[in-house]
Amino acid sequence: MNDIVSTIAIMSGITGFLAFLLTLAKRTVGDYGMVDITINGKKKLEVRGGDTLLSALSSEKIFIPSACGGKGTCGYCKLKVIEGGGAILPMEEGLISVEEIDAGVRLACQIKVKEPIKIEIPEDLFNVREYKAVVRKIEDITPKIKHLVLDILEGGEIDFKPGQYVQLVAPPYAESDESVQRAYSIASCPTDKNFIELIIGYVEGGVCTTYVHKYLKEGDSVSFNGPFGNFFYKDNDREMIMVAAGTGMAPILSILRAMKSSGIERRCLFFFGAKNRDDLFFMDKMQNLEESLFDFEFVPALSRIGPEDDWEGERGRVTEPLLKHLEHIENKEAYLCGSPVMIDAIVKLLIEKGMDEERIYYDKF
Amino acid sequence: MTELNPFVLFTASIFTSNMILANFLGMCSFIAVSKDIKTSLGLGQAVTFVLTFTTVINYFLYKYVLIPMNLEYLRYIVFIISIAAFVQLVEMIVERHLPVLHHALGIFLPLITVNCAILGVSLFMVIRRYSFIQSLAFGFGSGVGWTMAIVALAGLKKRLNESRVPKGLRGGGITLIITGLMALGFMGFSGMVQIS
Repeated sequence: MNDIVSTIAIMSGITGFLAFLLTLAKRTVGDYGMVDITINGKKKLEVRGGDTLLSALSSEKIFIPSACGGKGTCGYCKLKVIEGGGAILPMEEGLISVEEIDAGVRLACQIKVKEPIKIEIPEDLFNVREYKAVVRKIEDITPKIKHLVLDILEGGEIDFKPGQYVQLVAPPYAESDESVQRAYSIASCPTDKNFIELIIGYVEGGVCTTYVHKYLKEGDSVSFNGPFGNFFYKDNDREMIMVAAGTGMAPILSILRAMKSSGIERRCLFFFGAKNRDDLFFMDKMQNLEESLFDFEFVPALSRIGPEDDWEGERGRVTEPLLKHLEHIENKEAYLCGSPVMIDAIVKLLIEKGMDEERIYYDKF
Repeated sequence: MTELNPFVLFTASIFTSNMILANFLGMCSFIAVSKDIKTSLGLGQAVTFVLTFTTVINYFLYKYVLIPMNLEYLRYIVFIISIAAFVQLVEMIVERHLPVLHHALGIFLPLITVNCAILGVSLFMVIRRYSFIQSLAFGFGSGVGWTMAIVALAGLKKRLNESRVPKGLRGGGITLIITGLMALGFMGFSGMVQIS
């Protein structure tokens, strides 16, 4: 018994002393005092030094997109550093291109604020806010995809462009001991400002998707921040080609809903890729849009359906029906949402067919 | 307690019992950070500093805390905790006062915590029953030996950049072959003095 007590006492004493020493060091050596952050040459913030730029900005309610929560793996939290911030770190080099490095682009999660720093961020990010919401509806729309409707609380309203995304916050729960944020495109119409709709697919082992699919239920409180993203509807008179697979339908649906509510009259073809009938969802919504939009056609293509199955639509990969409609590429533009592999293949195909690269807008996830 | 003169122990830990080339401890950072002589020298200095001080700290912890309390079996966890805390302390100081070195070492500075050479030296010190002066000489010498080996490898790699290495051997392959050849070369010193 004495052995156990003395072992615990000695270990506690040693670790306690070392913890005391490190805390003391943090307060002395690690104390950088108050440091200025100048944003876009006009807004000045005073923050406590020593923290990362991402956390410092977040504590001042300026939210920079970061899907990995500041671990330096997603590369979303890019911003321009005009002055301060030190030299680029090896961790950043893998996620920032040579051209971006020359332009002063850095990862906000890797820079520690230790000296006055001048940065540039898109003005849009000043509109990014944190929202508290309650789950109005959560339902399975395929075996692996859920449809969420989140009512924004406290009379809050969200302004976003159709195609943009928000970051949903998953708090610590039974299978995760840390809070994480993950990006999901908004599927609802921008005119619906009091709620948002999300379409979230289940990812094996995914912290946020497991939270949504296994733990979140109607009436629960959630928080999210946003809106973010450069993928959104561009107003012109060109014919629109849309391609998506799985949860990639969300931003396209938002764009279509926005077009309907604004009465936009443009020819629009939406190619949707799925494996089989079970992976198809919102068919009723698509039919409704076909009837109500000016000139809209929904083209689902199933890739893993047998010849004997009762399916009269397109078969094969989504690129196959797309190819049939690409004879006259002039005066067309494309909106693509889905996996990087799918998007890379379609971008290549569109460029080969003669589409100007600047008219191809995409969101890889 | 062995009767080796601390100076002999210091020299032996650099040449005949080099942590990398004789004991093969601390290989990960040895292979990964040996691309540039300046950075290798920086990491070598940091490893030497941490090695020397953690050996001393662990000597006192072992002799004046663990032995009197009959808790020698806790040495692994106690040594690891003291090394981790000391490395964190060094990182804070280097980040504050030596930003250029901090930037050059990047992720490898905190990784000194898991450099097996650091724990290895503390454990050798216990197994071989070194005195305080012997431990100090052994810790410092091992650090110098580790630095010498990594700087030598960085120099060789620099020359390799200008050589025509077969495609399949470039990178890790040729580095391991060179390390083996360096170890063979260092075996030539082994007749001078053996420490155990």
